This record gives sequence, structure tokens and C-alpha cells, in this order.
Amino acid sequence: MSSATLEKNSSAPADAESTAAHLITVTFRIRRFNPEVSDQAVWEDFQIEMDPKERVLDALHKIKWELDGTLTFRRSCAHGICGSDAMRINGRNRLACKTLIKDINPHKPISVEPIKGLTVLKDLVVDMEPFFQAYRDVMPFLITTGNEPTRERRQSAADRERFDDTTKCILCAACTSSCPVFWNDGQYFGPAAIVGAHRFIFDSRDEGGEQRLEILNDRDGVWRCRTTFNCTEACPRGIEITKAIQEVKRALITRRF
Amino acid sequence: MATDTTPATAGTVTTYGVDNPAPVIEPPRARTSRTPKASRTNFELYGWLFMRLSGILLTVLVLGHLLIQLVIDGGVSRLGFAFVAGRWASPFWQAWDLVMLWLAMLHGANGLRTIINDYAERDQTRFWLKTVLYCATVWTILLGTLVIFTFDPNIR
Repeated sequence: MSSATLEKNSSAPADAESTAAHLITVTFRIRRFNPEVSDQAVWEDFQIEMDPKERVLDALHKIKWELDGTLTFRRSCAHGICGSDAMRINGRNRLACKTLIKDINPHKPISVEPIKGLTVLKDLVVDMEPFFQAYRDVMPFLITTGNEPTRERRQSAADRERFDDTTKCILCAACTSSCPVFWNDGQYFGPAAIVGAHRFIFDSRDEGGEQRLEILNDRDGVWRCRTTFNCTEACPRGIEITKAIQEVKRALITRRF
Repeated sequence: MATDTTPATAGTVTTYGVDNPAPVIEPPRARTSRTPKASRTNFELYGWLFMRLSGILLTVLVLGHLLIQLVIDGGVSRLGFAFVAGRWASPFWQAWDLVMLWLAMLHGANGLRTIINDYAERDQTRFWLKTVLYCATVWTILLGTLVIFTFDPNIR
């Protein structure tokens, strides 16, 4: 162990040199907003030396830790699971922790904005409450009747497969904040809430499907979807969101006729 | 005292502080007294289905209509009062035109209704645009239907 450490130490300068050769100058154009200073949001450019194989989140960290400590953004796990750091990078909703700098043309300025359709609180932080309110409205929890079984609720592999895609949602809001209907009218439930409902509507163990369908049948439910596929394109988990929404529509129609 | 602590404002940019708090922006899904109640009807479902079904029918009706009026047998040059009178003597063409009128108007009106819902931002704008739309639709449908049923080929 100790010898390995020594070895590493001795080759450290060489390592630093070889990594420095990889570094390129990247310009990050970040949408800054501080309500305590101004009611206007402004673009601010940061030029940093980055390895293009690093992620946008690493660049944001570098800016916050070394250049401007006031830069505000959310991140928790930094590995694409917690869904905290959805932001609009080069005009597309992505997770900063899953976007490599080399994949988004680092030779031009990279724009980073907060996701659209939700109130910006500061810099890249938005008020997620309306998003979670829509999610809560579709009752994203198991609803059953009768006595609880003494063992787990069994389910066949095929039944599990039916809603497998929509279990992958991490509630990052990349889909909902890419939806043009949601941008204009926040009363629309939005793709993420419908995905959350889909996960339980098509679960063979759940008995609340009727109630959820009834909620999504209303004015601001699935019928406002214009199938622009923005959500499917934005989803960092690759969920086929538009397909899920269409499946809910089909369930509503087949329930009726 | 207050004037001393108030920070200088540069240009049109407003500075917020303890004395001048930033405006509160109401979150879109907040429950207020003006939030529309759940309707628990199938109106949107039927609207959506109607758009699909009427679209299929209208493809046949409108393309057939255009073909007859503009392409077949001399095309647009033979159109006139006599041509319309001759066609509307047959109940088949009366029914064709009636169905086409109703479907096209309802299809278009419902499409515009969803577009207004999607694009009009203020409730007032939305309400008035939809009122104008509904009035125009009802007027056109009633007038068209009246003409088809009361058409008199011997009018002077």
C-alpha cells in the first residue's frame, strides 16, 4: 500500500503535466439572477480550463469553488440519480452531472440556464413546488383495498414489465419544464406527473387506477398533451414519456367505450 | 436614516432589499379561490376523439368536394348558381354539404379552442377570444344550415 502511494507521489508532476495537456479553454455563459440585487436576469461568461471529458457539473463546481462563490445551483448525488441538477444547457434540458463537455461542442460558449416554466429563485435554482404539487395530485402511491397480505404482494414478471419504463423517473423536472403547454399554463399536470400516474395505473397490484384516470381525464390532464415529444427528448433516463401519456389516453378511451 | 441605508439604484435596474422586497410570484399550481374546480366530465376526452374521427371523415368530404368543384368536368369554370341549384336538388349532396359544414366548423372551432387555451396567457384574453370564436362558429353553422335547407332554385 505504502509503496503504491510513494510511486504515485513520485509520478505526480508528470501526471499533472499530461492532464494539463488535455485541458482546453471553455466559456460558460450562465444565466445569473439574484432577486436581492436586481429583478433582471443577466448572462455572465466564465472562462475556465477544463478537461473536455469532464461534466458540466464539474465546470459549475470549478466556477463556484474557484471563481465566483455566489453561483447558485442544486446538486446532490452528482451521478444522475437524485434529479437535482436539471438545467437548460445549450438550449436543451439536461442533467449537468450526465452531460460531458466534449459532447456539447466546447469550442463555442456553452449556455447554462435554469429550466423554464418554473419561477427562478436564484441563478439556476427554481421553485419546484408547482412541479411536486402536480406530482402529488396524481396520488403516486399504492392504493389497495381489503386486508394487507401477511407476505409481499406478488406480481408476475410480465406484469412488472408493463410499467417498468415509468419506474425509472427521478423527478428532475427536465420533461415538464421542456413542455410548451406547461410553459404557458402551469395548470397542466405535465409529463412527469403523468409518468408518475402511469407507473401506478398499470401496476397490477394497485387498485386506485380509476381515481388517477379520473384526475387525468380532466381539463388539465392528458388531453392537453400535443405530442411534441419534447419530454421524451429531454428525459435523462430515456423514458418514453410521450408513449406513456398516449397509453394513459388509450386507457381512458378503452375504459369509456 | 432610511435614505442613508437605501442602496443607490443604477439605471432602470431595481434593487431589492429589506425595505423593497422582490414581488411575490404566485406558483402556477397554487390552490386559490380562482382555481378552476375539477369538472369530472368526459368533455376533453370526447373533444379529443371527435378531432380524430371528424378528421378522417373530413379528409374524404373535403378532398371529394374540391375534386368535384375544381377538377372534374371542366373544373371551376362551370360553377354558378345553376350548378349549385342542380346539386342541391339531390338530398345526397345536401347531406354531404351539411355534414361537411358541421364537421369542418366544429373541428376548426375545437382546434382553435385548444390553441387559445394553449397560447392565451391571461384569463380575460382567453375568455373573450373563446366567446368570439363560439359566436362566429354558431353563426356560421346556423346560417349555412339555413341556406342548405331553405335553398330556393327559383329565386329571382
